[in-house]
Amino acid sequence: MQHGKYRFIAGFLAAPLALYALFVIWPFVQSIFYSFTDWSGLSPEFQLVGFDNFTKMFSDSVFWKSLQHSLLFVLLLPLGTLSLALFFAFMLNVGGRRRKNAAVSGVRGSAFYKVVYFFPQVLSIAIVALLFQFAYNPNSGALNSGLQAVGLGGFQPDWLGDPDLALWCVFAVLVWCTVGFFVVLFSAGMASIPKDYYEAALLDGANRITTFFKITLPLLWDTVQSGWAYMGILALGAESFAVVQIMTVGPNGGGPDYSTTVLPLYVYQKAFRDGQAAYATTIGVALLVVTLLFVAIVMRMGRRERLEY
Amino acid sequence: MGSTSARNGNDGVGRRDLIKRSAALGLISVPAMSFLSACASGGGGADDKVDKGKKSKDNPLAVNGGAPLDFVLFDGGFGTQYAKDAIKVYEGKFPKAKVKFTPTQKIQSSLQPRFNGGNPPDLIDNSGAEQMDMGVLVGKDQLADLTPLMDAPSVDDPDKKVRDTLRPGVLEMGQFDGEKVWIMYYAYTVYGVWYSQKALDSLDAEYPETWDDMLKVCAKAKKKGIAPWTYAGKHPYYIPFSLYPMIAKVGGREVLDAIDNLEPNAWKHPAVKACFEAYYELYKKGYILKGTPGLDHIQSQTAWTEGKALFLPNGSWVENEAAKTMPDDFDLAVSAPSGLDSSDKLPFGTMWASGGEPFIVPSKAKNPDGAMEQLRIMLSEDSSKNFTKSVKSLTAFDGGTDGIELTPGLKSAVAALEKAGENIVNPRLQDWYVALQKEKIGVGGLGEMMAGRLTPAEAIKKIQGYADEAAKDDSIKHYKHQ
Repeated sequence: MQHGKYRFIAGFLAAPLALYALFVIWPFVQSIFYSFTDWSGLSPEFQLVGFDNFTKMFSDSVFWKSLQHSLLFVLLLPLGTLSLALFFAFMLNVGGRRRKNAAVSGVRGSAFYKVVYFFPQVLSIAIVALLFQFAYNPNSGALNSGLQAVGLGGFQPDWLGDPDLALWCVFAVLVWCTVGFFVVLFSAGMASIPKDYYEAALLDGANRITTFFKITLPLLWDTVQSGWAYMGILALGAESFAVVQIMTVGPNGGGPDYSTTVLPLYVYQKAFRDGQAAYATTIGVALLVVTLLFVAIVMRMGRRERLEY
Repeated sequence: MGSTSARNGNDGVGRRDLIKRSAALGLISVPAMSFLSACASGGGGADDKVDKGKKSKDNPLAVNGGAPLDFVLFDGGFGTQYAKDAIKVYEGKFPKAKVKFTPTQKIQSSLQPRFNGGNPPDLIDNSGAEQMDMGVLVGKDQLADLTPLMDAPSVDDPDKKVRDTLRPGVLEMGQFDGEKVWIMYYAYTVYGVWYSQKALDSLDAEYPETWDDMLKVCAKAKKKGIAPWTYAGKHPYYIPFSLYPMIAKVGGREVLDAIDNLEPNAWKHPAVKACFEAYYELYKKGYILKGTPGLDHIQSQTAWTEGKALFLPNGSWVENEAAKTMPDDFDLAVSAPSGLDSSDKLPFGTMWASGGEPFIVPSKAKNPDGAMEQLRIMLSEDSSKNFTKSVKSLTAFDGGTDGIELTPGLKSAVAALEKAGENIVNPRLQDWYVALQKEKIGVGGLGEMMAGRLTPAEAIKKIQGYADEAAKDDSIKHYKHQ
């Protein structure tokens, strides 16, 4: 009987596993293989070159810059987005003034804000990047016009044109377009935390900050953790690539002077602009290692006792 | 979230198991790697060319009139009509031939798999944002030699070879190392300093030939509240369109050739330094439109057509590209870049002009003769005129502007070409070393200098470093001026 059960389960799993192997595992294996070749990506011929691509990568200053920016994103983007989202969600659900009949409630108009926060999530990332490109236009963009309107006409940064600011401009866009999703996610989580806890804490004289750190955050930890992994992967992957590629200075973005280049962008440039597909896969392997490390760390950090409620 | 803990109970084990299993799968697949040579990069593909046709006076390339022709065109600023018209001529000549015409903007993503599979089309207009790297294509023997086309008699005059009907520099641009011609550039682009004649007239000024005069005109413009210069700050590799020919004018052609050849210390030439300093002065004197480093090409062009800025380094496509925002009385004009003074090596008028819209015939094309015949038809006076008329651009065919009404910008470009005469320069960094020219020299060097973040001396040092790096990099194929 046991035997038949496993066969039954395997029957169901075979198709998805085969698809997964074909479309996920196999391309990974292929890329790793190509990282040991000199394949240009524009002709079928290539030769094995051993670790040449890797030695080249380790002495490539642009690679290190991209890695540095990607790591910065992976550390700061989840931190920035999630703290902001937690703050908003807390204010929307628990942070409001005490009202009749309810011990805890959100700020006035919270239902409306919840919808508004979700708007950026509906826009495609390409459109968001394009819109912000207009906002950052130093000549007639919304930001500098706004600064001028409030009497700061003397302070008119070049935004994306300034190597010290450009990366933070990208950062702000990524936070802007992801924070809404987490506000909604955390709101849902907070709504399911029993109100009695808050009431008990309030009776004991706890203020909002204490209730947040002692009740809300611990009970929401699972959600925050998965949000952290999700944000990290987003910071390492497609989203940061799209915003940098569309918005920033340079033929394919990444400027000025490599101040915004990120790993996925560098992979793209090497593969599809410079005709060095093999070297691009080498950088892709580095990106894979970084991603795996990140996920491993997040999972280890998150291993703590679960609370039943 | 009351139920999460129950569901999560088994999660840790499942995850660990999954990792173990995928590690095992990885181990299994390592030995499998030797079988991989035939995966994404595919096989070589059979070399099955169509049979040759009969060579005759009307058919000098011996095209097989029954063979199909596979033509992929970049559907960009020039549209597709000019190619469709040329195909009609081809089909009229070979009624049995079927031409498969595919206009696309996704050149690389649609053609890369076909190159890798050994099954490329016969004729490609390899242009646009998804242009395939020519250096790599040539280096990997993926292109057919176009010498038969160049040596074939031209359509209009059978006593003249096609190569003798082309504008200066076009043929050389198609060569990489040696006599073979790999690329046929069909459009002809004039680079220089673009401005509104009307705006210049309103300042009561003429286009300045020396840098001192340039600064005087700039001062006048600034006094009137017009920024003298702007450029595509997000794409600073537009600056070379006027800077490089200025370097050639000041120091002679050889300075640019040395730069193209990636010779050591090529950028340290005094002419380069003098020109960099001249451009840096524009920044120091506040002659550059505020915020320019954060503008892209469209934004800077719009500021310029709105009259906020006077001069703009650009190419002749700007007339078409900025048409929407350009006032009717703008009176677009182009000039060769100003030099330094009378001690310059080359006369005023020295400018950059070169081919655009690169057409290639893959070496594994099935019908290369048909592709070359199609190009020969496009290089006839009729087709050339048709192109110039419909898309406001010159073609590689020398002439073809008589009897058609030219737009102001094009007219000015033709006049500038005439004035330049022999003194046309054609810097090759842009097509030989794309990443070096655009990203490193353009964004990392010139862009930083024009934004005031590097001094000319620092910019030169940095750019020389980039050039030396590229010269040493074995993964890049290197070329030299012949």
